[in-house]
Amino acid sequence: MTDDLVVQRKEGLYCPPGDFYIDPWRPVDRAVITHAHGDHSRRGNARYLAAAPAEGVLRTRLGDIDLQTLPYGESVDHFGVRLSLHPAGHVLGSAQVRLEHAGRVWVASGDYYVAGSSADPREDNQTCAPFEPVRCHCFITESTFGLPIYRWRPQAELFAEIDAWWRANAEAGRASLLLGYAFGKAQRILKGVDRSIGPIAVHGAIEPLNRAYRAAGIDIPETPIATEIGDKSFFRRALVVAPPSAQGSTWTRRFGDHGDAFASGWMQLRGARRRRSIDRGFVLSDHADWPGLQRAIAATGAERVIVTHGYEAVMVRWLTEQGFEASAFATEYGQDDDELPEATGAVVDAQ
Amino acid sequence: MKLFAQLFAELDRSTATLAKIDALKRYFAAAAPRDAAWAVYFLAGGKPRQVVPNAVLWAAACRRAGIDDWLFDACYQAVGDFAETVAHVLPPPVRRSDLGLAEWVEERLLTLRGLAPAEQAARITSYWNELDTAERFLLNKLIGGEFRVGVSKLLVQRALAEGAGVDGKLVAQRMMGYTDKHAVPTAERFALLTASSEPGPLDVGQPYPFFLAHQLELAESEFAAKLGAPSQWLVEWKYDGIRAQLVKRSREVWIWSRGEDLVSERFPEVVELARALPDGTVLDGEIVVWKNGRVAPFALLQQRIGRKVLTKKVLADAPVGYIAYDVLEWQGVDVRERPQHERRALLETVLGEAGAALGDDLETAFRISPIARGDDWQSLASLRRESRERGVEGLMLKHRDARYGTGRRKQDDLAAGTWWKWKIDPLTVDCVLVYAQAGHGRRASVYTDYTFAVWNRRPRDAAEADAALDAIARREPADAQALQLVPFAKAYSGLTDEEFRVVDKVVRQTTLEKFGPVRSVRPTMVFELGFEGINRSARHRSGIAVRFPRMLRIRDDKPLHEADTLADLEALLALQHGSKGAVPATPP
Repeated sequence: MTDDLVVQRKEGLYCPPGDFYIDPWRPVDRAVITHAHGDHSRRGNARYLAAAPAEGVLRTRLGDIDLQTLPYGESVDHFGVRLSLHPAGHVLGSAQVRLEHAGRVWVASGDYYVAGSSADPREDNQTCAPFEPVRCHCFITESTFGLPIYRWRPQAELFAEIDAWWRANAEAGRASLLLGYAFGKAQRILKGVDRSIGPIAVHGAIEPLNRAYRAAGIDIPETPIATEIGDKSFFRRALVVAPPSAQGSTWTRRFGDHGDAFASGWMQLRGARRRRSIDRGFVLSDHADWPGLQRAIAATGAERVIVTHGYEAVMVRWLTEQGFEASAFATEYGQDDDELPEATGAVVDAQ
Repeated sequence: MKLFAQLFAELDRSTATLAKIDALKRYFAAAAPRDAAWAVYFLAGGKPRQVVPNAVLWAAACRRAGIDDWLFDACYQAVGDFAETVAHVLPPPVRRSDLGLAEWVEERLLTLRGLAPAEQAARITSYWNELDTAERFLLNKLIGGEFRVGVSKLLVQRALAEGAGVDGKLVAQRMMGYTDKHAVPTAERFALLTASSEPGPLDVGQPYPFFLAHQLELAESEFAAKLGAPSQWLVEWKYDGIRAQLVKRSREVWIWSRGEDLVSERFPEVVELARALPDGTVLDGEIVVWKNGRVAPFALLQQRIGRKVLTKKVLADAPVGYIAYDVLEWQGVDVRERPQHERRALLETVLGEAGAALGDDLETAFRISPIARGDDWQSLASLRRESRERGVEGLMLKHRDARYGTGRRKQDDLAAGTWWKWKIDPLTVDCVLVYAQAGHGRRASVYTDYTFAVWNRRPRDAAEADAALDAIARREPADAQALQLVPFAKAYSGLTDEEFRVVDKVVRQTTLEKFGPVRSVRPTMVFELGFEGINRSARHRSGIAVRFPRMLRIRDDKPLHEADTLADLEALLALQHGSKGAVPATPP
């Protein structure tokens, strides 16, 4: 095991020959960041390396950090380790980290989104570069939705459902409050809905990220912030996108009678929908579903797979039965992401 | 099936009554009568017996999904609902079905019963291939006899009545027995529910909708102000039996349970007694096990209900009697609008006349609910405190001028037309949380089902209790003589969602071991557990079983070493059963 290109340390996942960490959860000297969600990119590291498209969102979230960026596909050499970053399809700037050293290739995926249903480009995440399979000997994969019960439907069907809900509310003269994580989910919603149905407003926590997306050339509609709207009649046909913490808060009073919905992969389950006490749950995830995980792992050609955050035990057993050499890393990811199991949901609303 | 699945989705996601009624009205207007007949049956709580064992469904689902048992089980643990797990693991459908609900039920589901398991699995797999996830979920629920959705029978009746412009009470009456096991929903039967706004001749054995009682949440000091004088009320004991309506018409007897099941066959003694009543008589009352002239604990009645065949031995071990407390029909006339005190007087006349025909039997097995008397609320309150020794649950208060209403109605005015349950406070024990399991449905993946323990003896002090807890945390097997915690009850209700979230977090932080879905925890929390009764049980490690346990509150204020002991449970046993065991049912 001493030849492994990535090992687990108390600070995070560590590359011994390169002497750097990937998404460390404690402050370190050199941190390679897969993406800008809070659980993968923490404050306090001395130096950061991330994919070039992540710069805007990373700086929006972490402020003035010592950040070096690398375009997707380009490589740098560090203590004999060749490092390159490849699109993960999760959020703007999300990357898989490819490490090559002494003839071995490892890839750490961070979080990734790839639809399992088909290789149709319409099923890609339309707000960032799509997941790119990278050949390797060992693949470190997430497992957030690593159970066969998680299969995402075609995105066209899903957005048609969201549009129909919005339209019905608009026709009844009431606002549609759609809750989703401020970074990543909100932008997918804004990009995916039918803008002809009515006006759109966002929560103040979402706009700075929208700006970073627009600056990166992603087509996110220009929308007012809900608190800046004086004329309440605006909301009667409006879609309002807000982070989950807004649910039931005094901030929602301005909408009067309104429908509410939550967009998350966890909405797949009836129990999760009912626990949320919302009108509707839309199954929209930035993570791979079960078939997607299988497809992504197969496409790497890896013989060895290391599973992180999610259903590690299930995935390890399944992969072992499929003939992979599989094991798990215990990480501290999945703490600040909206797509956590509901039971640990208290931290969901932290941001 | 598509329409019904759409209705289910709308009912399932809505919490607003009006939205649900709208969805129901739209469905009834759009659905074929034959399909609507079955929809009413399921929505009103009708359940055909399970037609295919879960094991067959499980195996067929695993095969179709290409996964092993262990992986299916991991999915089930995450979903917390079997039918839903099956619906999700299956690959997408290959074709779509347009069959209506009635055809699905009559031609496809009910015909599965009794087939060889291999044939059942093959047919169900082909059905799954025609349905989307939501429809599969419904199909699985119907196959398993587990269909449930958040609408009350009252809401279904309201939607039917509003849709057809018929009085809701008439619909309610016509719907009695609709979900009975022996009844088959048909288009004709469905049409009869809303056929005309005129009361037609009822099916001869039809009961009336039960009038349900409310829990009285009132401090004793407020009784006089809010309820007026006790003389305005009929006060009776509240028996712990099976609420039942007894219908005698056309020389036949029907016994209906509160769940509107026809249960005549379960209680031949009562049927026999009721034959002496004149035709056109309907009584409301309670079936209890009657032994040596007393009401026996509910546990005995429960054992009898559990028996498939009523052998002579069962009848001898647990003979039942009927305590009548109201008359709803007399000489073929509906008397429910007459005031309570008049109906009571009539009841005494009715049973007086029948009694003459019955002779001694009336004395032993068929009687009028006795009146509890007191000059003021204080004396009734002290009478109520004797409930446990008398083997009853407390008192019932019925206003003397009240009519016999329908169902359960919210009432702000305490004295108006409501029956009140003035139950005794539950027995309580302070106990320690030792195991937790994730719940089902809405509580899937949240630890909401708990096992509680008491000390085997009183800890000498906090230090001794801490040492015992440390041993548990180190997973050392306990020495039989040593201080230890003995599990005695499970409970999963009584906390708010917020409190469940707190406990869930503690469970996750203090987990010692995982046994499948169950976690053992390092004991850190004390709960006040309430329950209705306590009995000896050879099946429980503690030797004690409690009835209807639920959490009353989290005792953050109570250190673990002050939790209760087995000796405290023994004291409650003695309190409930006294030295003699059973107690007289009738107040002296």
